[in-house]
Amino acid sequence: MKIKSPKDFWAGLMFIGFGLFFMIWALIHYQMGTAVRMGPAYFPAVLGGLLAVLGAFVLLGSFAIEGPPVPPFSYRPLILISVACVLYGYLMKPLGLVGATAALVYVSALGGHEFNWKEVTILYLILIAFSWLVFVKGLTLPFPVWPEMFS
Amino acid sequence: MDASILANLWIGFQVAVSPWNLFYCLVGVLLGTLIGVLPGIGPVATIAMLLPITFNLNPISALIMLAGIYYGAQYGGSTTAILVNIPGESSSVVTCLDGYQMARQGRAGPALAIAALGSFFAGCVATLIIAVAAPPLAEVALKFGPSEYFSLMVFGLVAATVLAHGSLIKAIAMVVFGLLLGLVGTDVNSGVLRFAFGIPELSDGIGFVIVAMGMFGTAEIISNLELKDKREIFTSKVTHLYPTKQDLKDAWASVLRGTALGSMLGILPGGGALLASFGAYTLEKKVSKHPERFGKGAIEGVAGPESANNAGAQTSFIPMLTLGIPSNAVMALMIGALMIQGIAPGPQVMNEKPQLFWGLIASMWVGNLMLVVLNLPLIGMWVKLLTVPYRYLYPSILVFMAIGVFSLSNNAFDVLIMALFGVLGYICVKLECEPAPMILGFILGPLMEENLRRAMLLSRGDPFVFISPNKPISLAFLVASAILLVIVAMPAIRKKREEVFVEEA
Repeated sequence: MKIKSPKDFWAGLMFIGFGLFFMIWALIHYQMGTAVRMGPAYFPAVLGGLLAVLGAFVLLGSFAIEGPPVPPFSYRPLILISVACVLYGYLMKPLGLVGATAALVYVSALGGHEFNWKEVTILYLILIAFSWLVFVKGLTLPFPVWPEMFS
Repeated sequence: MDASILANLWIGFQVAVSPWNLFYCLVGVLLGTLIGVLPGIGPVATIAMLLPITFNLNPISALIMLAGIYYGAQYGGSTTAILVNIPGESSSVVTCLDGYQMARQGRAGPALAIAALGSFFAGCVATLIIAVAAPPLAEVALKFGPSEYFSLMVFGLVAATVLAHGSLIKAIAMVVFGLLLGLVGTDVNSGVLRFAFGIPELSDGIGFVIVAMGMFGTAEIISNLELKDKREIFTSKVTHLYPTKQDLKDAWASVLRGTALGSMLGILPGGGALLASFGAYTLEKKVSKHPERFGKGAIEGVAGPESANNAGAQTSFIPMLTLGIPSNAVMALMIGALMIQGIAPGPQVMNEKPQLFWGLIASMWVGNLMLVVLNLPLIGMWVKLLTVPYRYLYPSILVFMAIGVFSLSNNAFDVLIMALFGVLGYICVKLECEPAPMILGFILGPLMEENLRRAMLLSRGDPFVFISPNKPISLAFLVASAILLVIVAMPAIRKKREEVFVEEA
């Protein structure tokens, strides 16, 4: 058997994986109930099974129908953009808006094509001023502005 | 038109022209135009970003602003398509074909003008259609029981997958995946925590805003960063704005056809601006006596789709307002906005909150007027914005998304989830799995389960309750769903459908 459509092959696997996971997790951990009084496991187990079956069809189809290859992943933006967001969230409390925004702007800028310290710093200063004005002053959201150790 | 509609519209206009609502309407349409002009950021991500802020507004101002973003984006999208040959919005993909050619021939002005005027006309008609069609629909929907609602949702989801592009079976799988993700959190019936894996933040489920921002926001930024941006802008050539008599003569019928088709396609579940502009272009090419002119600067190829996408954007509010069922991802967010405000979406909104309902509708007309008055003079400014390189834009977008998500509950975990959905969204793009059907499934998941449970309880576990002759409406929805699926699965139609969507790429 040769994989003719790699996109469908991986998509099928993904659906089967998620479907089986939801179905089995629901069946093990929650009550099934009856059709009249459905337990918490009923709907997710049925849907999980359905997703796995649909995934199986997609998977089988990938051996039969010709399709384009999966385009290559750009790991640099994928990782840097995701990490930048996560850093922002987890640095907000210890480092405040000033520190968290710095992490987000500099790390995400590294994910682009060009990186110029001066440009990014100017962008950072504009964004921090804007966030402070709109969100802290304007909408009075309770964000710490400065790192914890200074306040 | 009977008097009650006029009376209702009168109530609506009184709400819509209050100074604050005018202000939020203006903010919405300007913001909509802005993100419409800028490629790489769409109304879904923008509305998702602003949802947390709408906490602080009253419901009607919030809805007026968010709605303005959606139809404003349709105006803005055409500007970029015509001047830069990049669709600022996915719904203006087809506008590139003839609009850009017109710009190259030095007719950018008329192309922009006809797009704006056509959109305005379509907006006025669509506003009226909503005013006329919504009350009777809501009347019918008020009689719906759980089985009717369940079948309606099945129909909505099926239609959404049929109209999504790419593989049908993958779209259905994405809907089911979305339904499953929607079930994460506390089960309202039994109080059992489902799929929370011991994480306390998941006990209320995954926030809809977070999923939408990840799937449509960060995923899109990552995809955009793969491409080098190169832009060629015809700024100097926007000299005379007014279309000639010949232009108007060529375009008026296209505007009418585009408006009619767009209004119809907008109401369909899964429809909206994108499908409308697409259908309209195909239609214009079909009915034209000179189809060979298309792709070479035919004004009909701008007038039809641009009218259609605005009409479709607006009429897609009908199922959301009357049934509480979203027909596309933007409407799903509007429902999210209603729920944030503590308003349960559904047919009762019209009777219980007439000012909200009619105020929103009237604001659409006001907003369209603002757009046509403001947009043409401001085109120079929008074009300047296009010269801002993407490397400045995307960190700014990320900052707003991260602030928005973080402020939902001052929790870093939410931002983490957004990043994870960004990765998932990126994988889905690579594997050609559409995120939009997933989002619809996600918002309908809990509702569907709830209605299924109630229907089964009422029928004492008889699964045939959904297709019994005692429930003709439910039966009709399911039959319609089945017919849709069969039609689309037929080889001839499937080929045609693929052709249509290939043109888009």
